[in-house]
Amino acid sequence: MRYACRVERSTIPILDAASARQRRRQQPKGRQVDAAVLAELRTWLGDEPLRRDRLIEYLHVVNDRLRCLPAPHLAALAQLMRLPMAEVFEVASFYHHFEVVKEDADGRVAAAPALTVRVCDGLPCEMAGARELLARLPALLGREVRVVPAPCVGRCEAAPVAVVHQHPVPRATPQAVREAVQAGRTHDLVQGHVGLDAYRAGGGYALLRQCHRGERSADSLVETLEHGGLRGLGGAGFPAGRKWRIVRSMPAPRLMVVNVDEGEPGTFKDRWILERDPHRFLEGLLIAAWAVDADAVTIYLRDEYHGCRAMLVEELARLRAEPPSPGLPAIELRRGAGAYICGEESAMIESIEGRRGLPRLRPPYVAEVGLFGRPTLVHNLETLYWVREIVERGAAWFVAQGRHGRQGLRTFSVSGRVARPGVKRAPAGITLRELVDEYCGGMQAGHELYAYLPGGASGGILPARLADLPLDFDTLQPHGCFIGSAAVIVLSKHDRAADAARNVMRFFEHESCGQCTPCRAGTAKAGMLLAQPVWDAKLLADLGQVMRDASICGLGQAAPNVVDGVLAHFAHEVRS
Amino acid sequence: MNAVTRAERARQLDGEAPTLAFTLDGRTVQARAGETIIEVARREGVEIPHLCWTPGLDPAGNCRACVVEIKGERVLAASCCRRPAAGMEVSSDSVRARAAQRLVLELLQSDLPGAPLKRDDEVGAWAAKLGVGPSRFAARAPIAPDLSHAAIAVNLDACIQCTRCVRACRDEQANDVIGLAWRGAQARIVFDIDDAMGSSTCVACGECVQACPTGALASAGGAALQAAGRQVDTLCPYCGVGCQVRLHVEDDRIVQVEGRDGAANHGRLCVKGRYGMDYVRHPQRLTVPLIRRADAPKHAGAVADPAAAMSCFREASWDEALDHAGRGLRRIRGECGPRALAGFGSAKGSNEEAYLFQKLVRLGFGSNNIDHCTRLCHASSVAALLEGLGSGAVSNPVMDVTRAEVILVIGANPTVNHPVAATWIKNAVRRGTRLIVADPRRSELARHAHRFLQFKPDSDVALLSALLHTIIEEGLTDARFIADRTSGFEALREQVRGCSPEAMAPLTGIPAATLREVARLYATSRASMILWGMGISQHVHGTDNARCLIALALATGQIGRPGTGLHPLRGQNNVQGASDSGLIPMMYPDYQRVTDGLARERMAAAWGVPAAQLDAQVGLTVVELIDAMRRREVRGMVIMGENPAMSDPDADHARQALASLDMLVVQDIFLTETACLADVVLPASAFAEKTGTFTNTDRRVQMGRAALPLPGQARQDLWIITALARQLGLDWTAYGAQPRDCAAAAAAVFDEMRRVMPSIAGITWQRLQREHGVTYPCTHEGDPGAPVVFTDRFPTADGRGRFVPTSIGAAEEQPDADYPLVLITGRQLEHWHTGSMTRRSAVLDAIEPDAVAFLHPDELARLGVRAGALISITSRRGQVILYARADSGTPPGTVFAAFCWAEAAINKLTNPALDPVAKIPGFKFCAVRVAPAASGGRPTTIGKP
Repeated sequence: MRYACRVERSTIPILDAASARQRRRQQPKGRQVDAAVLAELRTWLGDEPLRRDRLIEYLHVVNDRLRCLPAPHLAALAQLMRLPMAEVFEVASFYHHFEVVKEDADGRVAAAPALTVRVCDGLPCEMAGARELLARLPALLGREVRVVPAPCVGRCEAAPVAVVHQHPVPRATPQAVREAVQAGRTHDLVQGHVGLDAYRAGGGYALLRQCHRGERSADSLVETLEHGGLRGLGGAGFPAGRKWRIVRSMPAPRLMVVNVDEGEPGTFKDRWILERDPHRFLEGLLIAAWAVDADAVTIYLRDEYHGCRAMLVEELARLRAEPPSPGLPAIELRRGAGAYICGEESAMIESIEGRRGLPRLRPPYVAEVGLFGRPTLVHNLETLYWVREIVERGAAWFVAQGRHGRQGLRTFSVSGRVARPGVKRAPAGITLRELVDEYCGGMQAGHELYAYLPGGASGGILPARLADLPLDFDTLQPHGCFIGSAAVIVLSKHDRAADAARNVMRFFEHESCGQCTPCRAGTAKAGMLLAQPVWDAKLLADLGQVMRDASICGLGQAAPNVVDGVLAHFAHEVRS
Repeated sequence: MNAVTRAERARQLDGEAPTLAFTLDGRTVQARAGETIIEVARREGVEIPHLCWTPGLDPAGNCRACVVEIKGERVLAASCCRRPAAGMEVSSDSVRARAAQRLVLELLQSDLPGAPLKRDDEVGAWAAKLGVGPSRFAARAPIAPDLSHAAIAVNLDACIQCTRCVRACRDEQANDVIGLAWRGAQARIVFDIDDAMGSSTCVACGECVQACPTGALASAGGAALQAAGRQVDTLCPYCGVGCQVRLHVEDDRIVQVEGRDGAANHGRLCVKGRYGMDYVRHPQRLTVPLIRRADAPKHAGAVADPAAAMSCFREASWDEALDHAGRGLRRIRGECGPRALAGFGSAKGSNEEAYLFQKLVRLGFGSNNIDHCTRLCHASSVAALLEGLGSGAVSNPVMDVTRAEVILVIGANPTVNHPVAATWIKNAVRRGTRLIVADPRRSELARHAHRFLQFKPDSDVALLSALLHTIIEEGLTDARFIADRTSGFEALREQVRGCSPEAMAPLTGIPAATLREVARLYATSRASMILWGMGISQHVHGTDNARCLIALALATGQIGRPGTGLHPLRGQNNVQGASDSGLIPMMYPDYQRVTDGLARERMAAAWGVPAAQLDAQVGLTVVELIDAMRRREVRGMVIMGENPAMSDPDADHARQALASLDMLVVQDIFLTETACLADVVLPASAFAEKTGTFTNTDRRVQMGRAALPLPGQARQDLWIITALARQLGLDWTAYGAQPRDCAAAAAAVFDEMRRVMPSIAGITWQRLQREHGVTYPCTHEGDPGAPVVFTDRFPTADGRGRFVPTSIGAAEEQPDADYPLVLITGRQLEHWHTGSMTRRSAVLDAIEPDAVAFLHPDELARLGVRAGALISITSRRGQVILYARADSGTPPGTVFAAFCWAEAAINKLTNPALDPVAKIPGFKFCAVRVAPAASGGRPTTIGKP
């Protein structure tokens, strides 16, 4: 099944000659802005001067109210922002959570469905029965409710997941979803997290104060992180200390961006941390901002984490009201709009600037030319989360945590056919077999390990016979895999690796930004080739090579990994 | 977007850029700092396939056809975006790089339609070069074509998402219509909000078509697939920007028009230049000389329909027609004296035609009764500039906006009237230049403006005086410049003393604070350019308006340097050159006054006649001539390519005057409204059929070259002038004009011109042929020409610029109870001047087929008129009926209409009251009333074969 909802477009409405001529008499070229819509929009957006970079926020304002983006509102927004209509439409149509609705022949805009239920069909949810949900829910929920498939919603430990408007239904059954719809449960709530008071009571923000008071130097912190071996935990694994050093050396003003656009299928650790201990992350953020002397910080949070967003808005407001230390930088919370690619740091920066999430070509790197053209420190949430702990407990403590010759702790998101899926904080270098047995209660009853994806959709696929490799950065490359964000999806003999590859390629095709040929055309062509019962290994290899070599960003470069894995380890599934 | 912008590149490539050495395909090569690998490769003759990259557009790096292998790097790099580092080892032809290049082409090819949509399809060409065979991949689902636009066919089936069209539309032309929407494999080119191209804001400049590598965007009608045997490098015949074009010609027909890298356009064109050339072969072209039938008396009312008017004429031979014309003119000259004859030349003709035509009038007729449409457009600007600065031309080229910090555009709508010039303004704004737009109508340019002053019509002097007041009061003048280089400042200070922004705010409708802010911006910037159009000049106080602009520049020293100065945007392609060549009643070529005895002696000597033979009295201007005809003081005229029956104010009056002439000879390419009133009509040459020079708004003399043969018995205009000269007793055979080829004659005339015109003395015909264009002043051979003038002195007697005080005047006719609205006239993007050419262009006519008037939606509501309904507009002088277009840019209380519609000739309504100095009519202001109309006037057959 394809994600058809967003791309179904009627044929281009072309006026007949007579009405085109009459239209020319009536008005200047192109769409004219409806004065009533313009006035309405003005009230919704308030009196603040409109900022170009906040375009996506304004689109959310309209989308939240109308559950869609009617074309007349886009035209009006363009006029208010003095932007070309095409530029507004490009952005609106790029993000999955926006649905642009055009006028019909009579110039009317159809109302959006009253309610939308999104069924996650990421690999763990598909393995857990998402297809059945998608098949059964429309009839069960009736015409008022629209049921659409959605890419990974970041709750894989509770697969399958359906989201009723913004309310996630874990381990969803048709009945559970119907109950949520009938009960009007449409919003998400985060509860039980460590709030500001509790966090401070536990010694929180003391380290930040020490930094601000000059009791610690930025250099000493950088050194500690370097000794501790803290690496970027969004997936790329770039040493955090070195990153701080580089950005610090760049000319001011410098900016900082935090990537909470957790979207790699199978990954949910950042949400898990945020839902529990947000201030530990925020303290790390403020320390990093201090260390590189960043003027302002932007947190980019994926749109799917509605509960986290509400909680974070509140906690940031409290932090602003009761700053633990004077002179905190401005922290702006920005909302994604449904685009995996915006987890790529330069695409995220484009998105924060109010544009489509198209990754930038490197060089220059974002540390040199980042947000608004300024040197920018970009970190994943979890990386910052570890800062306080490593500084307080010492680099040596952190280093000592590894296993099989590796160092540190990793936060694994484990999903699939294990008995107890979830976030597992485990030593770096742990093997898959150890992770499943020691942390996940073994495999589910009746399931035997067949394969696993060590790093979400991008990190490739390995067979059961390679379940004893240490899982860490740099250990899986010889096998064409990587650990990335440590999202481990476990397949059993009930599953087929080829199906996993098809699921993953469908995801990449859906999430490709479309900018470069190898990824845009490559993921689409790969999808067609994988749909065949027997695969054309030569052509897939050629295609994989150009995607890996010539794609602009990691999405296209990593997309063929799982295909290569299937051809290397599970060729029997796709041979004639 | 990605990578390096051109502005950054320009900075990096400026000056003495150091070079670095790297290895390309095993060879050591040198790169200048800022150069990309592909640029170096091109220079070195190494071919790297590329699609999304094309010279002139910012690199995007998306197609990945140009990837190269760089030693030590994990992945391949796009050579169009990557800059080499010293010692880098780059391979464009390694096995790995070639494999990726080939597979990229194979992927793209798999999705393209079987047959190419363009003769030089770039994907196919590269695929063939790299030996990419038939694609092994299945095609994507087909995409339906969008054929809703008259000029451009959209076949996204052939789209490779390279975004060259997006960059052409957005980065180059800044028309901002095209976007790349959706994402992934669904990513698709859209217009506005995914609207059909024909319903979008597209202005059909065709830049996207020129940029498209596959023909996914192509000229409608299949021109992209047509062969063209000949290419002719020439010019666009329309506005004063002076775009250089390349005509692709096959079977004596223009198949396609391509922008050339001219100084003013650098490859860019607008809809008229790109799609408005086909008028040349319109079936209504005049191909046989015509003589008015004895039984068809002239009737001023019978001019709107060329098909009907044709019946008033009979065909004649050239000998008969010339003889008839000559006899009539000679009789008038003999019976009523030389001043009973007059000539209207044209700003559309070449310099050589203008020069020879004024020479014909001055020697053959014996008077200075020679004028042309400059009188109706920038006469007041020229008068004020001559008076204040000693030169009527621009101080800086349009392109200097890219070097300005502040640009003030007042009374001009360049996106409509000088579209390519407007693109440079918009480009400058995107790079940080502050644009101030002042105009009663909100034009497209206002969207790009830092401040938009929508001032009340007719309040120009008040507005500008408030700016001057602020500058003086707040001490923002350039005291040194005023002391060293100007005179008369004290009088100006006195005059604007009472014109504080606070006092002027009610008159202009602009808040005082805004006026002050704009004054400060203008005065204190490093470099401020003023560009203006007919919103300044076409007023009865037009000269005063222009004087104020000159005073702004002089008071702040914002003139005489690159990026700062005064630029009246000239309307016609050769209005600058026609005036330079002496096609005006008070001056000989190069602005030598006819009242100046020495000047008369110089000209007489050059022309080989006694000085006494030259009329020492200033001739009559356009509107004065019309009145003189009514008084029977002028009885015979030759009109070359002008259409006063449409372009003069109070057109009914003008038509009656023309109809009253004893002998009216019109040489033109169509039976214009003016030609309908002629006694003799001579079929002449269209722009694309003749060779000659044309001087653009930047003072750049450029070469236009004949691309097509003349149709039927049509003759070269230059030959026609010499033939008429012969009728009047002048022997001009030495020029060597041939009926159907005057290239050599044009060269001979130009050579004579440079001998009598010091400003172009250094420009030779050979140099023009070689370089296509040279900017004057160019006083000696080898002189590079001076785009920026007044750098150390003004060409006045004392070398100083002069402040000339003004007074806050008002239009003669103010709105009242009977005529409550203000009529503003002007032009529309697709239609040129009186419409004689553009309404006979299929594409332009299709885009704007009907006579329309622009009114604010609130004004329409007040009148109880629905958008698109017929209305009548009535003034004290006449009435027209046309369609009402709702346009929020037109201020309530006004109505705007263009003067291109023969069936609704708006100049029937305009007021012939004149500016006292420049004798320009106030086309921008007269009182009218608007009412719903039941049915339209008689439709015109113009443009309908």
